[in-house]
Amino acid sequence: MKIPMSWLREFVEIPADVTHEHVHAALVKVGFEEEDVHGFDISGPVVVGQVLEFVGEPQSNGKTINWCQVDVGEAEPRGIVCGAHNFVVGDKVVVTLPGSVLPGPFPIAARKTYGHVSDGMIASTRELGLGDEHDGILVLSTLGLDPEVGTSAIELLGLDDFAVEINVTPDRGYAMSLRGVAREYALSTGATFTDPADAPTITAASGFPVVIADNAPIRGRDGVRAFVTRVVRNVDVTKPTPSWMITRLTLAGIRSISLTVDITNYVMLELGQPIHAYDLDRVADGLTVRRAQAGETLTTLDDKLRTLNPEDLLITDESGPIGLAGVMGGASTEITDASTNVLIEAANFEPISIARTARRHKLGSEASRRFERGVDPLVAPAAAARVVELLVELGGGTVDELGSDLLADHAADVVDLPEGYAQGLIGVNYSADEITDSLQAIGAEVTVTDTGWSVTPPSWRPDLGDKTTLVEEVARIVGYDRIPAVLPVAPPGRGLTRAQRLRRTVSNSLAASGLTEVLAYPFISQHSNDLFGSPEVGGATTIKLANALDPDAATLRRSLLPGLAAIAHRNVSRGLTDLALFEVGTVFLPEAGHRYGSTSLPLGYELPSDAALAELRASIPEQPWHVAALFLGDAVTRQPGQQPLSRGLADALATVQQLAATLSVDINVVTGSHQAMHPGRTAELRVGDHTVGYAGELLPALALELDLPRVVAVLELDLTVLIASAAEDIAATPIVSYPAATQDLSLVVPVAVQAGELLAIIREGAGELLENVRLVDDYRGTGIPESHKSLTFALRFRANDRTLTQAEATDAKNAAVALAGELVAAELRE
Amino acid sequence: MSEPTPITEPAVTAAVEAALAAIESAATMADLKTVRGAHLAEGSPLAALNAQMKNVAPADRAASGKLIGAARGRVNGAFSAREAELAVAEEQAKLAAEAVDVTAVATRYVKGARHPLSLLMEHMSDIFVGMGWEVAEGPELENEWFNFDALNFDEDHPARAMQDTFFIDPVDSHLLLRTHASPVQIRSLLERPLPVYVVAPGRVFRTDELDATHTPVFHQLEGIAIDKGLTMANLRGTLEHLARAMFGDGAQIRLRPNYFPFTEPSAEMDVWQPNAKGGARWVEWGGCGMVNPNVLRAAGIDPDEYQGFAFGMGIERTLQFRNEMNDMRDMVEGDIRFSQQFGMVV
Repeated sequence: MKIPMSWLREFVEIPADVTHEHVHAALVKVGFEEEDVHGFDISGPVVVGQVLEFVGEPQSNGKTINWCQVDVGEAEPRGIVCGAHNFVVGDKVVVTLPGSVLPGPFPIAARKTYGHVSDGMIASTRELGLGDEHDGILVLSTLGLDPEVGTSAIELLGLDDFAVEINVTPDRGYAMSLRGVAREYALSTGATFTDPADAPTITAASGFPVVIADNAPIRGRDGVRAFVTRVVRNVDVTKPTPSWMITRLTLAGIRSISLTVDITNYVMLELGQPIHAYDLDRVADGLTVRRAQAGETLTTLDDKLRTLNPEDLLITDESGPIGLAGVMGGASTEITDASTNVLIEAANFEPISIARTARRHKLGSEASRRFERGVDPLVAPAAAARVVELLVELGGGTVDELGSDLLADHAADVVDLPEGYAQGLIGVNYSADEITDSLQAIGAEVTVTDTGWSVTPPSWRPDLGDKTTLVEEVARIVGYDRIPAVLPVAPPGRGLTRAQRLRRTVSNSLAASGLTEVLAYPFISQHSNDLFGSPEVGGATTIKLANALDPDAATLRRSLLPGLAAIAHRNVSRGLTDLALFEVGTVFLPEAGHRYGSTSLPLGYELPSDAALAELRASIPEQPWHVAALFLGDAVTRQPGQQPLSRGLADALATVQQLAATLSVDINVVTGSHQAMHPGRTAELRVGDHTVGYAGELLPALALELDLPRVVAVLELDLTVLIASAAEDIAATPIVSYPAATQDLSLVVPVAVQAGELLAIIREGAGELLENVRLVDDYRGTGIPESHKSLTFALRFRANDRTLTQAEATDAKNAAVALAGELVAAELRE
Repeated sequence: MSEPTPITEPAVTAAVEAALAAIESAATMADLKTVRGAHLAEGSPLAALNAQMKNVAPADRAASGKLIGAARGRVNGAFSAREAELAVAEEQAKLAAEAVDVTAVATRYVKGARHPLSLLMEHMSDIFVGMGWEVAEGPELENEWFNFDALNFDEDHPARAMQDTFFIDPVDSHLLLRTHASPVQIRSLLERPLPVYVVAPGRVFRTDELDATHTPVFHQLEGIAIDKGLTMANLRGTLEHLARAMFGDGAQIRLRPNYFPFTEPSAEMDVWQPNAKGGARWVEWGGCGMVNPNVLRAAGIDPDEYQGFAFGMGIERTLQFRNEMNDMRDMVEGDIRFSQQFGMVV
């Protein structure tokens, strides 16, 4: 909401030298956030001039310019070049003299142009910031002005006025008016407030037929709460809107259109009551307010044909719909230059009905925004009277006795505010007087009772419906700065949950070992989900956004890898070509064929039944935490005495080991297959019988498609499952200090036998004495049969109760050899 | 074979002098080894003299033995001393030869980093954990009831349209991406025994295009405390404690009236940041208020028995003013240089 200062001053005392900072500060104090300040940004000598004579001079570019002699109230006229042609000798115009500055900033100086020195400029409305008109200059008589030559045009047109812009929260519809803001400014500063709704003289009118026939109220609430009409005849609708009104409307952010429209907008801004004006002669008999019938249509003022919904509230006449109530009028009864008799409608419509219609037709208007937030149901007669007053005064019309006054009974509910409640909620010892005064100051009727206060909120505050809202008013009016800071003592807590702790541990561990954490958006393409969301083709059921910002990223990720790949690409394109990235984040895993969501929702203000709550909780898909990492480029770069070490599968698998060790969980690495990964370089990761993820290199072709290098190693695991599988209550094994016996073992096996398989066999065969085994060599060639390989393992044996002899270690090793021979035809290499 | 030299003082002295001179002149361990062969080992003059002991008359044995013993002692002592000296010198020479340019040693270290937003959320959560609060979590893809209805957003209230919500297809499934961390408040109230003191850090979503000050995906930390007799003064006390833990003892909280459907009274909160680089200042930090009785009713709590407060602030915004960042995009793009400037510290 933009508030022109000159207008605000009409209803509340404001110091003459007030700055926008002061006004904003006063309004912030009572709950209106500061948004901006708007002015015309014009300074310097800008005066009224009169064109004494001019000569048209055709130019080589085909244009004709006018060389004008303009009297600006000085001894001699000034010579000014002007490109416009919409004026005659004798016209009074606005002259910006050298030294003045127009918005831009655009400093005016005497300058040579078209063979003359132009000693200033004749301004258009657009140059002055008063409108869009720039085909010609502003001729003051068109605004009905005939000022003295030499008068300051800045003062004449009010260009020294400015507007403060504030944010009005949706509970405070009344503040979308000068009336409301002036009242709040007065509350904040203690200045005297004059209610503009008291100003117009309301005269009775009758005889204009209005029928309210709402046969389908929404949520049981009648669509119409007030409907006031008035008629003004013989209006000259072509008369110019006075400049003071244009200035104020402009500052308030509303374009001047025509006298009638400007007046209705002006009164809406002043009193908060949306107004509609009809050409009375185009309205067929009276008005009927009713809901739309299926299939009905209406062409609205913006010349769009709209198909109506049975929930839409309509203004109709004999011919059918002529307006969407409270949202936008119809084209058929619009005021035109030929109109002379004006029908004014000041109605009050039910917020929900208007909100739904505005949203349904995507037709948010100044009127609908006010109705949605609630318009004072008692202000309609004053607003209609104010429009009548202005149409008579500015349009030369005459008041007619024809009209109607349909006002629903407005009886605000009395709210009880128990003694002590305000103090108990806010923690401030408000005095009884402070409470009474605050509530009276906002316009409520307040009665002190034995147990507290009985409060009737003012008609413009439909938001004040219970004791808590009244307390907010007290706290706000007395001031939030009175609230002390008192630290409450919470009962002892249990610290982070195990899952929260372990997620942090995982992230810290990865970061400490050289990976950088990133946080990708969860929005990815269906194509990416198809590829990464499931190991097999066609396995990825996804959740889709209804209103995605980017149609190419309209599904929710099943995998963290597409996000990591996109971020990797961004880094590579910025020259950061050695990367180790990780993300710990949630993924969205809907099951195929399952319909998620609720068909209807329980009420908001009461505890739903157990069944309804269970249904709500079950309405969303699984959203487990995943951990994923991506590696590319070099792990160790080329340095003196150091060859570069490229990243690849090894990094992914090392990170898997790191995760396993960090969480103390056994992760089995077995050969796997994943549609996005290299068929020969993919590991499936298992915990017990469950697949918990994959590690491998991306399919090289896919890596290139993602604008990444050919070798990109990745891994992704279900962190929720990993953490659930993490060792719990670990019983520590005592550390044995008896000496170890180490032995090497080389086994010759067919190449198809995997090292991992053999490792498992050795562990099993060697039994408890084997403390550790690792693969140290894979040899193929001379001395080894065709299609075979020799794998060498380093074994470390230790007994927990004695010093082991080499003979015992050898026995254990031989047992392993025997088992390997039996299971995979391994032979000891001599 | 010449006649063996008898043990005489001049002969012994000559042998000792020769040995000492040779030891003294040995410059390396190798020299010393030669010296050992020539002057100490079998066949050396001193050894030869010693061998004559068997020929010495019994009456002279003691004196000759003493003479030879002293001579051998002197030579052995000098040898050991020289050997130690040379060992030190050689080790020093070796160390000198092993010296490298420590600024050019190949590194195996790879720089990693947490994301500062994650670190900041953890830091803020820890401040609350220190007060006995717990950390609650909830789903990002949420049912509309938890995100709006239960939080006193009427289905037709303009506040609901104000939220720029991402809806899930089909829209009539009533699913959305949570627009704030507040659904966790309701879930916490439904699941936990009273009193409840929890914070919920997490990711939230609004349909804002990415620019310097907006991102459609961002993070919030929300808190809710429901107990008997909690007041707005307690709200301010809690926020002030948080502010001081984060910005130093001089931090303060200022409340300004505002509107949120789920709180009444509601306030916008500013923090006085005493340690700001450009000088101490007030900064808009978040929203807060006393939990609206309708929210308590939705969770089955009697608002006449329990009351409390809630608050929330954006983590991106906090990082922005706390760490002097101008452009929100740096936080979301994943450029490793951004996180790496923080390391594990925020």
